[in-house]
Amino acid sequence: MTAETGSGAEPRRGSTGAEPPGVRTGSGAEPRRGSTGAEPPGVAIELREVCRDFRRRRTSLTQPAPVVRAVKDVTATIGRGERFGIVGESGSGKSTLLRLLCGLDQPTSGELLVEGRPIHDQPARRLGWLRQRLQLVFQDPMSSLDPRMRVRDIVAEPLVAQGRHEGNRERVVELLERVGLSADVADRYPHQFSGGQRQRISVARALAPGPDILVADEPVSALDVSVRAQVLNLIDEVVEAFGLTLVFVSHDLSVVRHVCDRVAVMQRGELVEVAPTEQLFAAPEHPYTRSLLAAVPDLHQALAGRTAQDLAAGVARRGPEPGGTA
Amino acid sequence: MSEMQGAPAAQVVTPDDTTPRPRGRALNPSLLIGGAIVAAIVLLALLSYVWTPWPPMRVLPVEPYQTPNAEHWLGTDRLRRDVLTQILVGARTTLYVGLVAVGVAAVVGVPLGILAAMSPGWLGQLVMRANDVLLAFPALLLAIMFAALYGGSTRVAMIAIGIATIPAFARITRSGALGVMKTEYVVAARAAGRSPLGIAWRHVLPNVAGLVIVQASVSFAIAILAEAALAYLGLGTPTGQASWGRMLFEAQTTLRSAPHLALIPGAAIALSVLGFNLFGDGLRDWLDPRLENR
Amino acid sequence: MTARPVETEAVADEHAVLSVDNLSVGARHTPLLHDVSFTIGRGERVGLIGESGSGKSLTALAVMGLLPEGLQASGDVRLSARTPARRNLLGVGEREMARVRGDGMSMVFQEPMTALNPTMRVGDQVAEVMLLHRTQPSRAAARRRVVELLEKVDLPDPAHLARSYPHELSGGQRQRVVLAIALANDPALLICDEPTTALDVTVQATVLDLVVRGVEARHAAMLFITHDLGVVATVCERVLVMYGGRIVEAGPVQEVFADPRHRYTQGLIGASDLTGAEGRRGRAALPTIPGSVPPAGRFPEGCVFRTRCAHATQRCETLPPWVPRGPHPAGETAYGHACVHPAGGGTT
Repeated sequence: MTAETGSGAEPRRGSTGAEPPGVRTGSGAEPRRGSTGAEPPGVAIELREVCRDFRRRRTSLTQPAPVVRAVKDVTATIGRGERFGIVGESGSGKSTLLRLLCGLDQPTSGELLVEGRPIHDQPARRLGWLRQRLQLVFQDPMSSLDPRMRVRDIVAEPLVAQGRHEGNRERVVELLERVGLSADVADRYPHQFSGGQRQRISVARALAPGPDILVADEPVSALDVSVRAQVLNLIDEVVEAFGLTLVFVSHDLSVVRHVCDRVAVMQRGELVEVAPTEQLFAAPEHPYTRSLLAAVPDLHQALAGRTAQDLAAGVARRGPEPGGTA
Repeated sequence: MSEMQGAPAAQVVTPDDTTPRPRGRALNPSLLIGGAIVAAIVLLALLSYVWTPWPPMRVLPVEPYQTPNAEHWLGTDRLRRDVLTQILVGARTTLYVGLVAVGVAAVVGVPLGILAAMSPGWLGQLVMRANDVLLAFPALLLAIMFAALYGGSTRVAMIAIGIATIPAFARITRSGALGVMKTEYVVAARAAGRSPLGIAWRHVLPNVAGLVIVQASVSFAIAILAEAALAYLGLGTPTGQASWGRMLFEAQTTLRSAPHLALIPGAAIALSVLGFNLFGDGLRDWLDPRLENR
Repeated sequence: MTARPVETEAVADEHAVLSVDNLSVGARHTPLLHDVSFTIGRGERVGLIGESGSGKSLTALAVMGLLPEGLQASGDVRLSARTPARRNLLGVGEREMARVRGDGMSMVFQEPMTALNPTMRVGDQVAEVMLLHRTQPSRAAARRRVVELLEKVDLPDPAHLARSYPHELSGGQRQRVVLAIALANDPALLICDEPTTALDVTVQATVLDLVVRGVEARHAAMLFITHDLGVVATVCERVLVMYGGRIVEAGPVQEVFADPRHRYTQGLIGASDLTGAEGRRGRAALPTIPGSVPPAGRFPEGCVFRTRCAHATQRCETLPPWVPRGPHPAGETAYGHACVHPAGGGTT
């Protein structure tokens, strides 16, 4: 926010933005426990020059409403079984991109394929198959569960929505136990649980239809530190056990670093850098990535003597911060 | 369910001992007191079909303007009718008018409000603008128009009141529904493949129910008073029928000489308004699982 | 620790800006804070860490005299600002407190969106706090000072920015204005309650830097509340670890984080450390603290952490005494822990 005026100075595209080569790039650095051999090859999600424009409220009667491009020419491929991170600050367009990925919104232009099938030009009612394949875990454990529904109905919702009514009761119990909750919680309401337990319920709901892809939108940002580790472990466990593709959106670089194989950095609607996790953290190429990394207050580095001044200097040296939304 | 196999056994976490266990919901005092008042009024209205102290709507061979006494517990009015009998019979009209007017308003207003909240674009705008136009019409003006077209009667009055109350319901429902639509559980439901209708029914309606109930209890009170005013103008309940509103306005000319004639129906109206408001608040809290075990 | 006589206290802690002694806060039947004692010296930056419900914000509000209705505080809170610490602030009336707040001590809150009045120009809001406490002789002088203050928090074109309204600024800019207000009267104590939690990481870095610079320039004491261990280690010299309304461990940042004694501190560091000392932990399961933080007032008797502690024994059912870990200029409450089976060290 130091200089709103200088925000356009950076070159828009770093060396990377372009599509990473095919399937599961760079996951070789981190062999995934137990599942490396049996991995079905293929592409889970493919984005081709995806754009999403929003019309601002008209400010004048005569001029057309101004258009804001929230997502700009995003091209990426997420391999099957990959753990793909999307990092960005507020206003970077990561939430918009996530809604597009999940078929909750349609791109203005570009193509979006999930498991080879297009979703960018399909009306919501023809995306029933997607709702089975792809499920979501949300950020806010308070708002992501309907306070008026019992846990049983919340977890069964994806099943009921797809017209499944048989055997849901047993399935719910199975799912609850899978996420580390006891079966007797099924008859309770969400307010009776702590934040971490609510995220477990959220994960159970997402697993209900047996999806192939799990999209997690800041799933631990609202949690206490001691509970965050539990939920991260749980996500890791279920992704591993069910061989899921994970798309993990977060503003917290250290969390993404822990969870993901490959990370995309988003700024002002664009992917400025996409790289295997270790490569991105060890040798960030884009100036924005560098300033992001420099800004993270890390316990070990702080104990080694890094001060707030060092953090701020890191941000300033690597270019001006993006203009805040007024 | 085959994908469940091979999953490592998870450590089972039971909710903390500190989490309250569901013990069923306690009836709160508002609900009990309000419910008792409402039940009493309903019972009295029903009672009037089988028994009244004196024949209803009958001019009796007695002194007018009697104050409460052993013969006539609540006295008699200008037309030598028994006031208690009038109150019992009037309860029917009053309840009838209130419930139908609120029913009409809620049945039309709530879906409109949800529709307006759930359709972004022009449809939602159109609904709310139409709503604003209706809001600009006072209930009384609407009732006069209706009476001119269909003649004055209790039914016309209450439908007019009901229509005039639609905007209140539509507005409050829309504002509540807009809040619900922003929550992540609605996004989750969409991602789970729920249809818009399913979302409206399972998520939006239950979560705006509290607002609607409170609006209903307020609107009920307003409807009773509006009916009284219309009756007075000769646009509602005709002279031959009893309603609390009619009684109140008939008593107006003798306010000084026989104040009880105004006080008694006035108190009945006030008590029922209080009863419905308490009942509404209590019901809202009782329906909210978050307020369990308080 | 029983309350010592008032006069000796004022003399003993001469260097202390804030001394809190046996502070307890509670609602009618729910105790929320127990026997919180600490001091902060001039120019010292102290972090207060803990998870939600640990009582860290409540501590700040009690010190500021801003406890919400229905909560009572007992104990002793003294501030040595322009006037020496003669009075227990907990016993001082609201009018007196209002004179101290924004002058002798001030506070930066978490939410920059709601901390400013949306209908007032930001410059006027900064000027107001100086006119209120008469630290500037005239409106014109206050205006000039506003521009200086805004410049000090690195806001671009401060003269122009002073005339804008809060909604015209970004979150980071707003938090800088809030900081400028808090520092306007050169307070002896600045309390920051999660000031950067709502901000983006790059903005956080610059705001943290400004906070530290502002405090250092005034040689003021700072109490910095956060749940982020990395932030505390970056900003503060000393740290207080809170859980269940009690301070369970305290000491210099280096010692506490590199060699924690209390089992809660140990668990917290383990659970929050995603990267490991060498940069990456790999995908091994993270160490966790079992269960979740109990709701307020539902913490166990004795050691507040024992229901989630793997090392808990019967001894933990009685309140563990405070064990000083070494000498510290700010007294024995500044360096030590309250655990009967501490982790680490052993010999120390």
